[in-house]
Amino acid sequence: MADNAAVAGNGNYVDFYNYKGKYSGIAGWLLSVDHKRIGLMYLYSMVTFFLIGMTLGFFMRLELWSTGQDIMGPQTYNALFTLHGIIMIFLVIIPGIPAGFGNFFLPIQIGAEDVSFPKLNLTSWYLYTIGGLMAVVSLFVGGGPIDTGWTFYAPYSIRTGTEVILPLLAAFILGFSSILTGLNFVTTVHRLRAPGMSFFKMPLFVWSLYSTAWIQIIGTPVIGITIILVMLERAFGIGVFDPALGGDPILFQHLFWIYSHPAVYIMILPAMGVVSEIIPTFCRKTIFGYGAIAMSSLAIAFVGTLVWGHHMFTSGMSDEARWIYSFLTFIVALPSGVKIFNWVATMHKASIKPETPFLFVMAFIFLFSIGGLTGLVLGSLATDVHLHDTYFVVAHFHYVMFGGTIFIFFAGLHYWFPKMFGRMYNSKIANTALALMVVGFNMLYFTFFILGYLGMPRRYYDYLPEFQDLHRFATVGSWVMILGIIIMIVNLIVALRKGDKAPANPWGGMTLEWTVPSPPPLTNFTKIPTVKYGPYEYEHYEEVVNNEH
Amino acid sequence: MFNSASNYADSVDLVMLIIVGISIVLLLGITIAMIYFVFRYNRKKHPVAEQIHGNVLLEIIWIVVPTIIVIVMFWYGFEGYQKLRADVDNAYEVKVFAFMWGWNFEYPNGKTSDTLYLPLSKKTKLILTSRDVNHSFYVPAFRLKEDVIGGKNHFMILTPKTTGVYDIACAEYCGLNHSKMYTKLHIVEDHQFDQWVSKVDATQTKPVEEKK
Repeated sequence: MADNAAVAGNGNYVDFYNYKGKYSGIAGWLLSVDHKRIGLMYLYSMVTFFLIGMTLGFFMRLELWSTGQDIMGPQTYNALFTLHGIIMIFLVIIPGIPAGFGNFFLPIQIGAEDVSFPKLNLTSWYLYTIGGLMAVVSLFVGGGPIDTGWTFYAPYSIRTGTEVILPLLAAFILGFSSILTGLNFVTTVHRLRAPGMSFFKMPLFVWSLYSTAWIQIIGTPVIGITIILVMLERAFGIGVFDPALGGDPILFQHLFWIYSHPAVYIMILPAMGVVSEIIPTFCRKTIFGYGAIAMSSLAIAFVGTLVWGHHMFTSGMSDEARWIYSFLTFIVALPSGVKIFNWVATMHKASIKPETPFLFVMAFIFLFSIGGLTGLVLGSLATDVHLHDTYFVVAHFHYVMFGGTIFIFFAGLHYWFPKMFGRMYNSKIANTALALMVVGFNMLYFTFFILGYLGMPRRYYDYLPEFQDLHRFATVGSWVMILGIIIMIVNLIVALRKGDKAPANPWGGMTLEWTVPSPPPLTNFTKIPTVKYGPYEYEHYEEVVNNEH
Repeated sequence: MFNSASNYADSVDLVMLIIVGISIVLLLGITIAMIYFVFRYNRKKHPVAEQIHGNVLLEIIWIVVPTIIVIVMFWYGFEGYQKLRADVDNAYEVKVFAFMWGWNFEYPNGKTSDTLYLPLSKKTKLILTSRDVNHSFYVPAFRLKEDVIGGKNHFMILTPKTTGVYDIACAEYCGLNHSKMYTKLHIVEDHQFDQWVSKVDATQTKPVEEKK
């Protein structure tokens, strides 16, 4: 795919695809320490895993077409929703934007030639790949595919006969990949900014990656420790979590969510960063409230570490803990609100050209707002106790994670596609695909809100007859959405092969990646730029884009 | 909104309406503003953007106003629930045991059953324990659920307002037949309940064998 995408030099430079290094062919990729090649390897892996996860979801929806057994038994269904969760969370959403787009664009956006530790960067990709392969291998060994749900709640995860240790080890290794990438990004941001690029002249995508990297470094070790404890308990019966051995199942939930809630912000913050890039570009306007948006990322990263208990309102915590976590959960909604208000305010008196990436962002703002506002329903004690572990929660996190992160992953793909591959795609087809996705998405997941309020619990292989009509409607929605996704991906693959050559700056962006050719040369810049203005100060557009490079 | 079996359930529906109502206003505001701007400030009509870097007053407004809104939402969700949880005195106590994959209920006189019968006019405190993995005792008609965990005695308060038959489901994933853990809750008139609960035959007083 990459070879076709390589467009040998527009002008007298060699782009990073055609650069002849020590190795060539596939080894030129697998042994490359170039942040752009590593970023693309992540992107290819993630799109592949996303399609696998989507296929699992498709079969789950088919099984739920009617009550009773349709196409599979309960054990298979339980394994499917577990794998769907593990793949989508650990292999797609958590690494998605930081490891893919972050690797490719963070160094360019701050005017650096690469990340601080390029070899460590390649190591992270290998850890990611090994983790992914181990997860796949685990399906065929021991007791078969894991059936614990992606949350691995003890004591079920201690007692089930399916293979648990290997997928946990996979998650453990993926965690290390995440920590090392975080470490690399923090160091890069501190050490490799171009002359003149102060912290408050950094693009907001860099700010969001910086906040995320800190959560990755601080939070991920906790899940690592938890995973080791579960493995030890399964292997040697050490009795930390299983009540039959004197352990405490609630302790597992605390340890799990201390990481996994901040992980939600690892998933969404980078997406918010991408939004803050795309909006100014298509508005030709400086972002409204740069400081507020940057600080709200840090606020989310900080308060986000204090709200894990809202996953446990019905777990038997003390009533005091319940209301304190409820209160903090409402507080963490505020910085997200600040971002949304600033984004919409940026559109005021702008000069908007609603091209594909911008339309994706509009879809995001709508879907993510629904996700965020239904989060308030779940943050409130009385309503959460009813809706906890029902389809309402499933709907909420799909609106946030899919309507949020994945839609922006797609937006980023369409935004940076010309830069990464040097080709343009057919935007009419892309927009049609988006429309199908939005319609299908709402048919599928909005229905879940209703099912949840009516009392349909999640992770159910079967359901009461009165829910059948709504389930069918949702399943039809899943077909519409998947059709949209397939059209979108085919359109991009066609563009890789046949798309028109992309100019350096097809959208009129002002951040540094638009000042280098598409695709960029190996070291990104012929001369490290000196930064004079903030990233979206469109009053200086001509000067920055035409003269700086 | 759908069948409600207690005054508490009605209050949950009210909280839901309040939060959803405010949310719809916010969502419409955001969406309409966004769509309006895209048409009004389209590059064709509005070729040059005005460079506005921000507005401190606006930032303060959209931090302070949402703060007030979420505190109101928090209060509504907190108040009724805490009252319900705090009022546990003089309740009729029934022990609930969860296992893979079913329920067992034990009454003060030693009677046991696999469907739950409760009297209409009493406040009942259910004491929840699991015999194996985590489960969650969920009664949608009462808008209540509480996890049922081995080695713990969690509780739930039910104060019915009408007689009827309601679903009980398991809401914490517990393996193969998680979705089959449905049973029924019968709220009956007090005299019917007294009659039912006093019929203890020899087989029923024995605790149910622990199942794996």
